[in-house]
Amino acid sequence: MPAAKPLKTGRIAGPLDTVVLVGASAALWALAARWVGPQVLTGPVETIGYLGGLFADPEFRASVWETTRAFSLALAIAWASGLAIGMMLGAHRLTGEVAEPILTALYSIPKITLYPVILLFFGLGMPARVAFGAIHGIVPVALFTMAAVRGVRPVYFRTARSLRLGPLATARHIILPACLPGIVSGLRIGFSLTLLGTLIGEMFASQRGLGHMVIRAMETNDVRLLIALALFLVTVATGAGALLLAVDRRVARLGAGRG
Amino acid sequence: MGLHAQIPLGEPVTAQAAHVAVRGLTRIFPGANGRPPLQALGPLDLDLAPGEFFSVVGPSGCGKSTLLDILAGLSPASAGSVTFEGKPVADTVPDGVGVVFQEDSSFPWLSVFDNAAFGLRRLKTPEAQLRPRVEEALALIGLSDFASAFPAQLSGGMRQRVCIARTLVMRPRLILLDEPFGALDQQTKLLMGDELLRLWRETGATILLITHSLDEAALLSDRIGVMSARPGRFIDVIETGWARDRDSRLAADPGFGAITARIWRQLREESLKAMRAAP
Repeated sequence: MPAAKPLKTGRIAGPLDTVVLVGASAALWALAARWVGPQVLTGPVETIGYLGGLFADPEFRASVWETTRAFSLALAIAWASGLAIGMMLGAHRLTGEVAEPILTALYSIPKITLYPVILLFFGLGMPARVAFGAIHGIVPVALFTMAAVRGVRPVYFRTARSLRLGPLATARHIILPACLPGIVSGLRIGFSLTLLGTLIGEMFASQRGLGHMVIRAMETNDVRLLIALALFLVTVATGAGALLLAVDRRVARLGAGRG
Repeated sequence: MGLHAQIPLGEPVTAQAAHVAVRGLTRIFPGANGRPPLQALGPLDLDLAPGEFFSVVGPSGCGKSTLLDILAGLSPASAGSVTFEGKPVADTVPDGVGVVFQEDSSFPWLSVFDNAAFGLRRLKTPEAQLRPRVEEALALIGLSDFASAFPAQLSGGMRQRVCIARTLVMRPRLILLDEPFGALDQQTKLLMGDELLRLWRETGATILLITHSLDEAALLSDRIGVMSARPGRFIDVIETGWARDRDSRLAADPGFGAITARIWRQLREESLKAMRAAP
């Protein structure tokens, strides 16, 4: 009897690869900072020290809280709406075929051009930031979910019927897990784009949040603050992205190797 | 062992003890976009005796899979009737009927054990009763050592065995197999055929196998129904006369060649008709 094959995943970066990548990036950053000077780019050691100090600053903490609130709300809306739209369009083929080109077009237009319209609707403040963040995430989550639902193999529906499963049991025990790899990929992309949208929203029409702090640092040419904020945002986004990617890969592994 | 007499067409074989009885079965698909309705099947009569191994062969598009779908309750008949253990089959898969499809339908997100246990878990079978039944089914199909593996780690043949285990664990009295080995290579097909025969002997279930393979039909079956080109009807029912305790070594029996030759004689003209009718 042949032995079970290992899952076909390819090589996935391990902790050592991450350390090497972070180390190389820090070295390049240090070289670049030395080359262009602290007026343009502060070095990693100085930036990390400054960022540590920022955590004691009430304004920074308030901005982090503001951005976290706006982003969490935007993400919840983007994920929930995207999943609902995607499932509906995936389940109803004709509607999906009509809506797909519209969604694809929406996905490809620069959302910043819609920001004046959003400001007219929601005014300056949290609702506009949340709405701008959410519109960045809804479409990719909807597109990925739609593709995942459409991609459920017809034989699973026949299997469900042959096992006398009702519609709810079929959705819960077969359709949902079968769609999960595609859905998780969509949620991951939606996460990144919603964060981007929230920060852009704070940058252009807000008096609060990390995006606003970034713009203010740019206007006052506060390079130290600018680079420290960038480091903070990159670290948070990369950490969350890596976590979601790990989930994505774990879910995708289960569907791999189907002949 | 040798070739037995042909059963007269349309005449019930063992009407008194029929496990499955099909009478005047017809399937007509409604026309779409101005096309006329398409009669895919029938009218067709068939009786399966309890514990019988019956195979259906026929040209592509003759309605073999449609027949299986109707027998399973997965698709409605346009006319005629199907009964399983005396009860009519319509719209739902009856209790006691298991179906294995041609495509791999194992669930990649579940382990082999959980795949096999899937149907019992949906019935909320207590774990203490479920475990021995699943272990028994996995042992029967030779996958005990792979209980914790996932389908992605298995070969195509092993994945198909997982699907068979998922069906067996429900202890079906009628097993409907829709070309379950269609995607496998010839050697694996022969070995899987042997395993299927062993399962059939050990479970005592009635089996209806849809297949394109004349060899498979000739090796495995008690009787073989040869179908015409669309609309599919039985043009010949061949009784093989093999002993119940048999395996793929039957391929060396002179009777085996006689059976496949007879099937092909019937099928050749029908296959040509189906090819000419293909769009």
